[in-house]
Amino acid sequence: MTSEPVVELKGAKKYYGQGNAAAYALQGVDLTIQKGEFVAIMGPSGSGKSTAMNIIGCLDVPTEGEYLFEGINVGGLSRDQRALLRRHYIGFIFQGFNLLGKTSALENVELPLLYRGIPAGERRDMAMEALKSVGLEDVAHHTPGELSGGQQQRVAIARAIVTNPLVLLADEPTGNLDTHKSIEVMELLLSFNRDKGITIIMVTHENDMAQFASRIIHFRDGCIDTAQNEHQ
Amino acid sequence: MIWNAFILALREIRRSAMRSFLTTLGIVIGVASVISMVMLGDATTAYVTQSISKLGSNMIIIRPGQDRHGPGGDTVAKRFIHDDLTAISREIQGLKGVAPVSSKGIQAVYGNKNYSTSVDGSDNDYFTVKDWQFEEGRSFTDAELKGGKAVCIIGETVRKELFGAQTPIDTSIRLGNFSCQVIGILHPKGASMFGMDQDDLIVVPIRMFQRRISGNQEISAILVSAHNPSSIENMKSAIISLMQERRHIRTGDEDDFNVRDLREVIQTLSSTTKMLTLLLGAVATISLLVGGIGIMNIMLVSVTERTREIGIRLAIGALEREVLLQFLVEAVVLSSLGGVIGVILGIAAGIGVNIAFELPFVFNTSIVIIAFLFSTMVGILFGYFPARKAAQLNPIDALRHE
Repeated sequence: MTSEPVVELKGAKKYYGQGNAAAYALQGVDLTIQKGEFVAIMGPSGSGKSTAMNIIGCLDVPTEGEYLFEGINVGGLSRDQRALLRRHYIGFIFQGFNLLGKTSALENVELPLLYRGIPAGERRDMAMEALKSVGLEDVAHHTPGELSGGQQQRVAIARAIVTNPLVLLADEPTGNLDTHKSIEVMELLLSFNRDKGITIIMVTHENDMAQFASRIIHFRDGCIDTAQNEHQ
Repeated sequence: MIWNAFILALREIRRSAMRSFLTTLGIVIGVASVISMVMLGDATTAYVTQSISKLGSNMIIIRPGQDRHGPGGDTVAKRFIHDDLTAISREIQGLKGVAPVSSKGIQAVYGNKNYSTSVDGSDNDYFTVKDWQFEEGRSFTDAELKGGKAVCIIGETVRKELFGAQTPIDTSIRLGNFSCQVIGILHPKGASMFGMDQDDLIVVPIRMFQRRISGNQEISAILVSAHNPSSIENMKSAIISLMQERRHIRTGDEDDFNVRDLREVIQTLSSTTKMLTLLLGAVATISLLVGGIGIMNIMLVSVTERTREIGIRLAIGALEREVLLQFLVEAVVLSSLGGVIGVILGIAAGIGVNIAFELPFVFNTSIVIIAFLFSTMVGILFGYFPARKAAQLNPIDALRHE
C-alpha cells in the first residue's frame, strides 16, 4: 500500500459546552488513513465513532486539534468550503439509506451530479451507469418506496459512488439489512474499493461486516482503543 | 444554478401536487379577487360616465330663477324669449347647438289607448344637444318649425304604450285637445342614472308648443352644447355675462337665472365610483396578503417536513445558497403559478359579473400586471424566511431528524 494519507486526525478533540460542564465526544484522537484503504470503525455507542465520522466527512470540525483532508486543514474552512469539499471528494452512505422519497432511483443518483453542475444528458448517463454497477438499472424509475431495503441501500451506494469520490464514508450501511443483503452490500463496497481504488471508511458494530475491511479501528470513550487494536 | 433550482422546484411541486395546490389557493383567490373587483369598479365607473353622457354631451343648461337648492325655488323670475336664443347663437363662439325647451305634462291618446307623458317644445338642435339618435322617421323640417305645424317625434316608451306592435309613423295621435302627426321615433336611451325614463317624452316644434299648449311666447330653458368639451368653462362665463347684460343685472346683484353643466355631476359620481374601486381593491389586496402568509406557513411546514431531505442535500455538498435558492424558487414558482391562475380566474369572474350586471367591459391591463407582480413579490417575501431556515440547518442534525 502506498503511503498517501488522505485522512489525518491529529489530537482531535470534540466537546460540547465549556469548562467543567464540557461533555467530551472525542478526547484526542490521532488517526491516519491512507489512500485506497478499507477501514472499519467499531465501538460501542457513545464511543465517539459517529463524531469521528462526522469530522472525517467534513460535516463537523474538531474543537481542538487538527483534521487534514488531503493535506487541507478542514478546521480552517468555512461552511461552504466544507460543502464543496464534500461535493467533490466525499460520498456518503447512511444506515437509514436517506434517499429522497417520491423521487425515482435515477433522480436520487443524479442528485450529487446536479450540484456539480453536470449537464442533464451526461448526468443521466452517469447515473444510469452507477445504477448498473450496483445491478439496479431495471428499477431506475422506481421510487424508494417501491424498493426493498437492500435495493434502497444499493441505490444509496450508487449515489455515493456516481461522482467517483476519493473517500466513501459508510455509517452502519448494513444496520437495517439481513445477513444475506448485508453481505451483498459489503461485496459491492469491497469491489469499489478494489476496482476503483476508492478509500472506504465504514462504521459498523457487526464483526462479520468489519471483517471485509483491511483494517479495524476500535473506539472507546472518545479515544482509539489501542489495546484492542493491538489485540487484533 | 438558477435553472437547476428552477428544475428542482418544479419537480418538488409536481411531487407534492396537493400541498402545492393548497399553498397556491390563497394567492389564486387573492389575485382573482383583486382583478375582478377592480374590473367591476372600472365597469361601474364607465357605466356611470356613459349614462351621464347620454343625458347630453357637453350640455349647458340655462334656466330662469336663482340657483337655489331645496323647496320653494324662484318662480317669478323672467322667462326667456326667442331673442335670448338668437343672441346666444350670435354672440357665443364654438357652439354645437342651441335649443329652446318648454315642457308640460300632457295626455297622449291613440285609439282607445291613453298615456300620460310630458311634451317638450323645441327645435332640431334639441336632438344635437341631447345626443338623440333617430330610430325611425325624421326630424322637423324648417317649414314645420316656422309654421308651428302639429307634428311630433316620440320616445320609445310613448311608442310602446300607444302603438304596441304597430308602426306609428304618419299616424295621428291626440295631445290634449288637438291632434298631431307622428313623424319620427327616437332611439331608446333607457333610464337615466337618476332613475328617470328618458324615453318617456314627446317632442314638438317650439312654435306649436307656444301656440297650442302654453299659450305664450316664453321659453322655460335653453340648452347649449359645445364642440369642444374643454371650452365649456369659458362658454359658461360668456353666457353668464351675456345674460346678465340682456336681463339688466347690475354688478353685485344676484343673477335671476342659472347656468349649469353636467360635468360637476360627472366628476362627483366618477370620484365616488373611483373610491369604490379603491376600496374593493384594498379589500382584495388584503386577501392577497393573507394568501402570502399562507404560502409562508406552508413553506415553513414544508421545511420541517423536509428537514431530512435538506440534510441529505447539504451532506452531498449543496451550498447554503443553493438550498436557499431552491426553497425560494419553489415559493416564487408556486406564487407565480397562483398568480397566473388567479389572473385567468379573475378576468373570467370580472367578465361574468359585468355580463350579469350588464355593465360595459373595461379591461385594465395595469391591474393585471400589478396583481401578478404582487403575487410574485409575496412569494419572494414570504418564501425567504422559510428558505433561510432550511439553508441554515446543520446537516448532522437534519440527517438525524425523524
